[in-house]
Amino acid sequence: MTTTTTTTTTTTKAPSADGAITEYVTTMIGGQLFGMPISRVQDVFMPERLTRVPLSSSDVAGVLNLRGRIVTAIDMRSRLGLPKNDDGKPPMAVGVDLRGESYGLLIDSIGEVLKLADESREVNPVNLDPRMAKMADGVHRLDGQLMVVLDVDRILEISPDKLAA
Amino acid sequence: MDDLLREFLTETNESLDTVDNQLVRFEQDPNNAKILDNIFRLVHTIKGTCGFLGLPRLEALAHAAETLMGKFRDGMPVTGEAVTLILTTIDRIKEILGQLEATEAEPEGVDEDLIGELHHMVEKGMESMTESAPPIAPEAPVAAETAPLIVPTLERELRPGEVSLEELERAFQETAIEVAPPAAAAPVAPPAPVAEKPAAPKAVAPKPAAKKTAVEVDQPEADKVANQSIRVNVDTLEHLMTMVSELVLTRNQLLEISRRHEDTEFKVPLQRLSTVTAELQDGVMKTRMQPIGNAWQKLPRIVRDLAGELGKQIELEMHGADTELDRQVLDLIKDPLTHMVRNSADHGLETPAERAAEGKPEQGTIRLSAYHEGGHILICIADNGRGLNTERIKAKAISNGLATEADIEKMSEAQIHKFIFAPGFSTAAAITSVSGRGVGMDVVRTNIDQIGGTIDIKSVAGEGSSVTIKIPLTLAIVSALIVEAGGDRFAIPQLAVVELVRARANSEHRIERIKDTPVLRLRNKLLPLMHLKKLLQIDDGSSADPENGFIVVTQVGNQTFGIVVDGVFHTEEIVVKPMSTKLRHIGMFSGNTILGDGAVIMIVDPNGIAQELGALASNAHEIADENAAMRAMNAEQLTSLLVFRAGSAQPKAVPLGLVTRLEEVGVDKVELSNGRYMVQYRDQLMPLVQMEGVTVRTSGTQPILVFADDGRSMGLVVDEIVDIVEERLHIEVASGREGILGSAVIKGLATEVIDVGHFLPMAFADWFSRKEMRVSATAQSVLLVDDSAFFRNMLSPVLKAAGYKVRVATNAQEGLSFLRSGQEVDVILTDIEMPDMNGFEFAETIRADQKLSHTPIIALSAMISPAAIERGRLAGFHDYVAKFDRPGLIAALKEQTTEVRQAA
Repeated sequence: MTTTTTTTTTTTKAPSADGAITEYVTTMIGGQLFGMPISRVQDVFMPERLTRVPLSSSDVAGVLNLRGRIVTAIDMRSRLGLPKNDDGKPPMAVGVDLRGESYGLLIDSIGEVLKLADESREVNPVNLDPRMAKMADGVHRLDGQLMVVLDVDRILEISPDKLAA
Repeated sequence: MDDLLREFLTETNESLDTVDNQLVRFEQDPNNAKILDNIFRLVHTIKGTCGFLGLPRLEALAHAAETLMGKFRDGMPVTGEAVTLILTTIDRIKEILGQLEATEAEPEGVDEDLIGELHHMVEKGMESMTESAPPIAPEAPVAAETAPLIVPTLERELRPGEVSLEELERAFQETAIEVAPPAAAAPVAPPAPVAEKPAAPKAVAPKPAAKKTAVEVDQPEADKVANQSIRVNVDTLEHLMTMVSELVLTRNQLLEISRRHEDTEFKVPLQRLSTVTAELQDGVMKTRMQPIGNAWQKLPRIVRDLAGELGKQIELEMHGADTELDRQVLDLIKDPLTHMVRNSADHGLETPAERAAEGKPEQGTIRLSAYHEGGHILICIADNGRGLNTERIKAKAISNGLATEADIEKMSEAQIHKFIFAPGFSTAAAITSVSGRGVGMDVVRTNIDQIGGTIDIKSVAGEGSSVTIKIPLTLAIVSALIVEAGGDRFAIPQLAVVELVRARANSEHRIERIKDTPVLRLRNKLLPLMHLKKLLQIDDGSSADPENGFIVVTQVGNQTFGIVVDGVFHTEEIVVKPMSTKLRHIGMFSGNTILGDGAVIMIVDPNGIAQELGALASNAHEIADENAAMRAMNAEQLTSLLVFRAGSAQPKAVPLGLVTRLEEVGVDKVELSNGRYMVQYRDQLMPLVQMEGVTVRTSGTQPILVFADDGRSMGLVVDEIVDIVEERLHIEVASGREGILGSAVIKGLATEVIDVGHFLPMAFADWFSRKEMRVSATAQSVLLVDDSAFFRNMLSPVLKAAGYKVRVATNAQEGLSFLRSGQEVDVILTDIEMPDMNGFEFAETIRADQKLSHTPIIALSAMISPAAIERGRLAGFHDYVAKFDRPGLIAALKEQTTEVRQAA
């Protein structure tokens, strides 16, 4: 478990004036650095024995058994419109909860936990890939790279209409 | 809410339900002191607790009711009026309890009206008792109790002294019914000066003895159980269940690991863990099981009240109340059951006068029964009332726009009866307070559907109707067949699986194709097939052999179909877990589960597949959809027809059930021999018959329809196979042409239906001699009763060709209702092996019916043995013919019909 007790939940509308700080779990997906607010992350695990679900959306990678709970795995590369992983390395998963259901977001690798001031977060660049922009909640400029902040709720907004496709 | 109060509420509500029931029983059996004691004790407890908790209104009511019941114990005659009064009081108590639960305080109000009535009743009772008191008083209590001597003396002594009734009752109650001789002897002294005193010691003295006998002899088992049980929150149980499921999975994983490592020291403790886990799982499962009687508890009271309200005499029989099923299932069927019992009482049973006029006993019976069968529970609600009113259902179906008049004319009674499950359907002419509001059977059906159950209704006019509900034992854990398709495993609930068939090329069971539709010929029926991997769009093209595979024969409602899978592993008890909201839109799956090896697999929903098949869907939403409803209602009347072209542009059709196989043979295989076309087919020479205007092709392949019987095959040469359609076969224009039965509208096109019987002898002249068949060209009518659509399909044309008017019934009940509807039939032809009512019973029933007993009956059976023939003769059959013996059948028919004509 990577959850700590000192996290704040101010991810979106935190007043930047008082210097609020958000902790992010950083992940690499398709060579891009992403950050998810640590308050939403339950755990990080290696997905094993993933069962694909026929007729489901291409964003759903399948279902798996995590300590007796059935977890729906979401293929983040597909969700973000990134190309499929072809380096053969097994993915990792970030466990999140939404309304009592468990989801695992499949990522390439997990990074460190960063504490970042909300005021340093910048809005999405206008030319960001629209698929990614839908789920991005701003960008942090780090040393040498950019970290896209992901909004977990919006990641899991897989609408039935889209599913049918 | 106060813990004490909550406890009181739960307990009291339960007690009151029991009182309801017991009172109804008591009314029927007023001499049963045991029942009276039970009621008395329950009401007394309620009174006591109310006093303790400071609930004066309740206490006063309970007290007044108790007083009246005390009088019953004294031998006051039990009248329906008095019981009604007590029941009303109990209702009032319930009402107050309801408000108490909501507001946590006893509501304001007075119950003087009821209490007054109760007192009045007591006085009336006393009067009637004292009137006859001098001679009878000493005996009267004897009737009610077995503690004779003391009671009457006390009563006489005390009454003039106006001792409070309560004291008296308490004394009665505690002296108990069966005062053992020594106990009786001790307090003989009591007729003493002061009234209070003797009552008190007496109450103490016999108490131990009374209690003892009470526990040992008197108390029903429920009470013993009550003493040994504790209340557990349902959530706690659910949680326990989940944890046990986890434990089972972990255990399975451990076993899997230990299997891989030979000789580990873990083996023995693991074995032990395994056993304990299994036992634990069993135990926890048991906690969820409850007897179905719990759902029936309120029914006797409801029926009693209805009987009073409707002026009917109704007896409620209950069988198998101890049949256990899962709590969750129980909750869901409670309301449907109540509703159906109400229906039976209100619509089903007639008034005593009507019953007497029909020659039935005045008292109507509603029979509830429950029993286990396979993994199911069957619950049957039957009454011996008037049965469903077919005419009214017809009228209502038409006025509701569920069907057109023309459609209804063609439906069987059973199909018409099914309309009552359509939403907003009520045939009650007047809406009574009991039923007839048009919310009802459709809700019942929806509830039953929800838990994967099925509901079926049978009705015979004038004899009653019965509704049978079939539901799974439990929803949480189901037995499932684990199959493989496209490299993944899936679970198919066993409930829907009828059988497994291994299909192989060149074997009897071979997957055949009609155009692109795969079918399986299984016991003379064509079974539509669906490839699971195609349905799920996971076809990897790995299995290139389309003729092999495992076929899971599945039944949903009346629809049977085969699911083709790549492999079958085993059956496993699986714990059904709901699917994620992100996957719930996929109709093919009903849930997912974790297997013993820890993998998650999807549970296939047979209903979803049936829908995909375009089959009838037994769900309320689709019933609302008129088209679907019509399809569902007509399912039995529909015939699968093979449409083809031969000789002309006009399409032709033949019932698919008659076609054995469709073949395309290379023209080079077609040989001309002895002036006829032949083809070598499965090591035999098969003659080809050309329809008028058809020429055998000179190149490519030639499509032919193969008809086989008795090891002989014949090929009918056609130009093109067009389609397979499901249509009601209704020949509208008879044909004068040889080989054509007539024309029917099929898929909007006028289509000629060919007469297979014409072509068969063209291949083999002796196939069956048509001369015999043409003899009686009179319009005699035959009722053909056979549950197999194949034989109906096969025999109807043969009989029609032989000049008979053919009426078809799909089962004995349908046949009976047809006969009883006053339709004239010259001969009855019936199958022997049929579900529900077999041919023998059918014949016996007909013989027993005065109007029908002269109609000849011919048995049709695949099993012809001297014993069977003898049995048939005893049952009243005039003749016994083998199913495949067409000439024999025609001869028998001819014989029977001529005899009748001579007799007439």
